Amino acid sequence: MDFDNSKPIYLQIVDFFYEKILEEEWKPNERIPSVREVAMMVEVNPNTAIRAFTHLQELEVIYNKRGIGYFVAEDGLEAVLRIKRKAFLEQTLPDVFKQMNLLNISLEALEEAYKRMNDEKK
Amino acid sequence: MLTVRNLSFAYPKAPTVLNSIDLGLQQGSIYGLFGKNGEGKSTLLKLMCGALYPQRGQCVLDGEIMQNRKASALQKLFFVPESFDLPSLHLSQFEQIQSPFYPNFNHENFHAILKEFKVPHQGLLSKLSYGQKKKVLLAFGLAANTSVLLMDEPTNGLDIPSKTTFRKILASYLSEDTCALIATHQVRDLHSLIDHILVLEQGQLIFAASLLEVTDALWFGPKAQAKGASPLYIESGFKGRGIYPRNTLPESEVDLELLFNGLLTHPSQITTLFKSKTAAYGV
Repeated sequence: MDFDNSKPIYLQIVDFFYEKILEEEWKPNERIPSVREVAMMVEVNPNTAIRAFTHLQELEVIYNKRGIGYFVAEDGLEAVLRIKRKAFLEQTLPDVFKQMNLLNISLEALEEAYKRMNDEKK
Repeated sequence: MLTVRNLSFAYPKAPTVLNSIDLGLQQGSIYGLFGKNGEGKSTLLKLMCGALYPQRGQCVLDGEIMQNRKASALQKLFFVPESFDLPSLHLSQFEQIQSPFYPNFNHENFHAILKEFKVPHQGLLSKLSYGQKKKVLLAFGLAANTSVLLMDEPTNGLDIPSKTTFRKILASYLSEDTCALIATHQVRDLHSLIDHILVLEQGQLIFAASLLEVTDALWFGPKAQAKGASPLYIESGFKGRGIYPRNTLPESEVDLELLFNGLLTHPSQITTLFKSKTAAYGV
């Protein structure tokens, strides 16, 4: 895995988990790779991987079955959506708005671009 | 598990290389040992494994002094030097002769790692290239399952895919009963694997801290995002990344190169933030 320098590695692993869950590669109540497997997969120190697991457990995205392993929570997908939406509204959007102000882009222009992109997708 | 106490060393008719080093390695961690050329990194590793005798102080592994070279201590430690020769033996002969010295040697792992590294099974070890020899010894060291694994510039000589392989194997190697120490200049090769930082400078251990301690105390990033904090060290360049006291700033990833350069330029400014911890760390 390629890490960028701006964000703690364990949070980058957390993002990697979010992606797997959002893309439904990892489904609710399904077992996910172990700490060791994740450490190997992304080439990090197992202690860093443990931090990512603990973080996700605190957010109730995953849960631990003693002696068996880690699983995606029943409503893990909803939890990730909630977390990511919050991050989008609180972190990503302010940056976009700042850029819009800086470059003098109107809300209408944004809406137009949004519609055009959706049309192209269809 | 491995402790270094008040260790001093000089080569004959040469100035002191290491001066009163105190250090304790704990299980379940991977230590990165950094220092400029000639600061004594390799010497420290050789002292730790009993290959050199200290003038003062000692290295102790599970209660045994390494310089006594007792089999019971030596079997708990493996050292992969930066450069070395392998005997004129076939791989299987080498394995047969060397592995009995290590009671936890895992033959299956040894073969699996060699396969990952794509090391040929035929021919004499002495005829292999530098990189291939390195892979053989790394595979042997990782398979030996010793409590302590010392490696001097392990990624030197490895081709690009093998560096990835090495990182993957090392990530899975560590258990709660083992620790690894890596002396290296290749910060980028091993950055994501190291969880403790040791820095040697002018014969002294000027810095010893876990990455968690570093992320608690320091913030790494461009000036624009430092929220007006005053830098402990700043690097000129496109984005002007610097080291700042963390305080209320969000957690950032440790930039090892920046930290190393900062420690060499303004050691006291940075180490004062760690003083109590570093002192507790030693013994």
